Amino acid sequence: MKTGAKILIEGLLKQGTKTLFGYPGGVVLPIYDELFDSGLPHILVRHEQAAAHAADGYARASGNVGVCLATSGPGACNLVTGIATAYMDSIPLVAITGQVPTSLLGNDAFQESDITGITLPITKHNFLVKDVKDLPKVITEAFFLAKTGRPGPVLIDLPKDVCTAESDVETDIGSEPVLRGYKPTYKGHTRQIERAVSTIISSERPVIYAGGGVIASNASAELISLAEKLMIPVTTTLMALGAIPGDHPLNLGMLGMHGTEYANYAITECDCLIAIGARFDDRVTGKVDAFAPHASVIHIDIDPAEIGKNKKVDIPIVGDVKTVLTQILDRLNSEKKYENWNARIRQWKEKHPLIYDNDGKLHPQFVIQTLNSLLSADDIIVSEVGQNQMWTAQYYCFKKPRTWVTSGGLGTMGYGFPASVGAQVAFPGRRVFDIAGDGSIQMNIQELGTVSQYNIPVKIAILNNRFLGMVRQWQELFYNRRYSYTELPPVDFVKVANAYGIEGIRVDDPSCVKQAIKDSIAHEGPFVLDFRIEREENVFPMVPAGAAINEMIGGRPK
Amino acid sequence: MKAHTLSILVENRAGVLSRVTGLFSRRGFNIESLAVGTCEEEGMSRVTIVCIGDDAQIEQVMKQLNKLVEVIKVSDITENYHVERELALIKVAADPGSSRAEVMQIADIFRANVIDVSSKTITLEVTGPTQKIDALSNLLAQYGVKELIRTGKIAILRGTKTVISTK
Repeated sequence: MKTGAKILIEGLLKQGTKTLFGYPGGVVLPIYDELFDSGLPHILVRHEQAAAHAADGYARASGNVGVCLATSGPGACNLVTGIATAYMDSIPLVAITGQVPTSLLGNDAFQESDITGITLPITKHNFLVKDVKDLPKVITEAFFLAKTGRPGPVLIDLPKDVCTAESDVETDIGSEPVLRGYKPTYKGHTRQIERAVSTIISSERPVIYAGGGVIASNASAELISLAEKLMIPVTTTLMALGAIPGDHPLNLGMLGMHGTEYANYAITECDCLIAIGARFDDRVTGKVDAFAPHASVIHIDIDPAEIGKNKKVDIPIVGDVKTVLTQILDRLNSEKKYENWNARIRQWKEKHPLIYDNDGKLHPQFVIQTLNSLLSADDIIVSEVGQNQMWTAQYYCFKKPRTWVTSGGLGTMGYGFPASVGAQVAFPGRRVFDIAGDGSIQMNIQELGTVSQYNIPVKIAILNNRFLGMVRQWQELFYNRRYSYTELPPVDFVKVANAYGIEGIRVDDPSCVKQAIKDSIAHEGPFVLDFRIEREENVFPMVPAGAAINEMIGGRPK
Repeated sequence: MKAHTLSILVENRAGVLSRVTGLFSRRGFNIESLAVGTCEEEGMSRVTIVCIGDDAQIEQVMKQLNKLVEVIKVSDITENYHVERELALIKVAADPGSSRAEVMQIADIFRANVIDVSSKTITLEVTGPTQKIDALSNLLAQYGVKELIRTGKIAILRGTKTVISTK
């Protein structure tokens, strides 16, 4: 006979869980008691939101399912932003929440919230377990759903009495559950593959638009093979940075609202758009009608609902990106190299590079470039959300997949720092930097306690402009410089770090940037870098909301 | 924009209906009518939903429904040859002697059954396609409809074809 709590912990271990991120509370006491000497490591965060983000960061960096644990009511509700973040970016996550005993369910009991109801629209699936006998099956199904098909977060809600109830139910039930309503398509339809191949070959100006699905499917090598075989230029979304090396000659960088000019021009001019594991998000497309207006659109995605959702597609291919790209590569026999098209793109690249002022002031782009020069290809960059994120996306040269961890779809400020904890736990031997703004970092700054307690050596680089910079930028450009509630009073982040027993340094001068970063790398524990950057620096180029993506503003030298 | 009849086979479990209906409201689709009940397969239920939208919208809602783990099959049977029925219970004001005979005559024409009578009302039961029930209730409006309850539409394919689990 085993208790529900024991079945849970054994189930997690069997599913390959290496670390739990969590926070204890009343109804999860039985689980924490079982955890105490289970051998399953647990990181105690300072806020449940951070547990969800850390599990998410762990999943993005490692490709394995991240697991977080919280108590009922407020604990479970605090996970919500983290779960929604993972849902929007299709990240495999299993969230375990305690729940009031089944006898009290629906009674407005102390710390009761209907978390399966609350997370219905932001989970791939969720479970409320009412009988301990169902638990082994639910755990197996939860992990299976989280990591297969289009990945996503799954929540398991466990009433306290289910954790204490004993059962002799068979716990070894294999890892491939039978779900009659869930059968993802992995292999592309042969006829559609053939149509795609002939469309690519007959085109003159093809572009690959690669999204997070390439990372999720671990299809970076196949993507690069396809691009190199026919010399097809590749632009990536925010989520796919690193899928092709940033310095690869065929790489156009990021597209969309803060994409490169040449990526956006290439999309606008192309006659064949190969969308791979991307979902035509509004931050990518701008005005949809003007997005790739001359192109035959091939769309490869594992989720049929993404195909045709935002943009009309000529050749839909439902399937796993890696499998479909392999199918395409097997059939692609052409010597075409699209010389004219590539020459045109080279001209755009030379004429419209990413640019910022070189005036001796401390610019955030320079900080990112310096950081890039000091780290290696395996090191992991995490970001918060806003200007810090966009500057990193533009100026850091990602060389490998899963070295870039950021909240794309939901755009969650406060994501980066806890996510960097998860990434560092996944890869203790790599250097992990969280690029933050002074706004974002203050949304989960309490996690300094976590990194201090476990000596998790993440480095936090704050691009400090004493503004909510991205909102301020919009106010400057579109609201007549009326800075309504976007200015933040100065914070001495080094002192804050010191209070948690963490070292830090403040940097005001460009000439000190390199040494400060080197010092942070040399330091063995966590470290805070407070870069006092140019206050009103903007992210350029920029496509105004609702405009076509070739109608960019900024990005020209003054 | 036109009305589509979706026949949805789901796992018969707690919360499935809220997953299905929640998806409609979340994605901005209106449900015109909804009928749910158990079906020929043990452990499954069949949901019949009528919703209005253009082809792209309906395609999107079907794809989203298919993504629900507990949804086993979704079919849009609008364009297939099918029979549809709805049942309504209508309580009509009918004081003795006044319009009572007229109401019963109308009921007769529509093959509605009188299932209850009181001193001031008659309650009718009628089945048929949606339009027939609309027509009857419109006709009865002049006498005073005290209460109208409709089940929502159910529909089944004609002939040997079925909407069954193939997943």
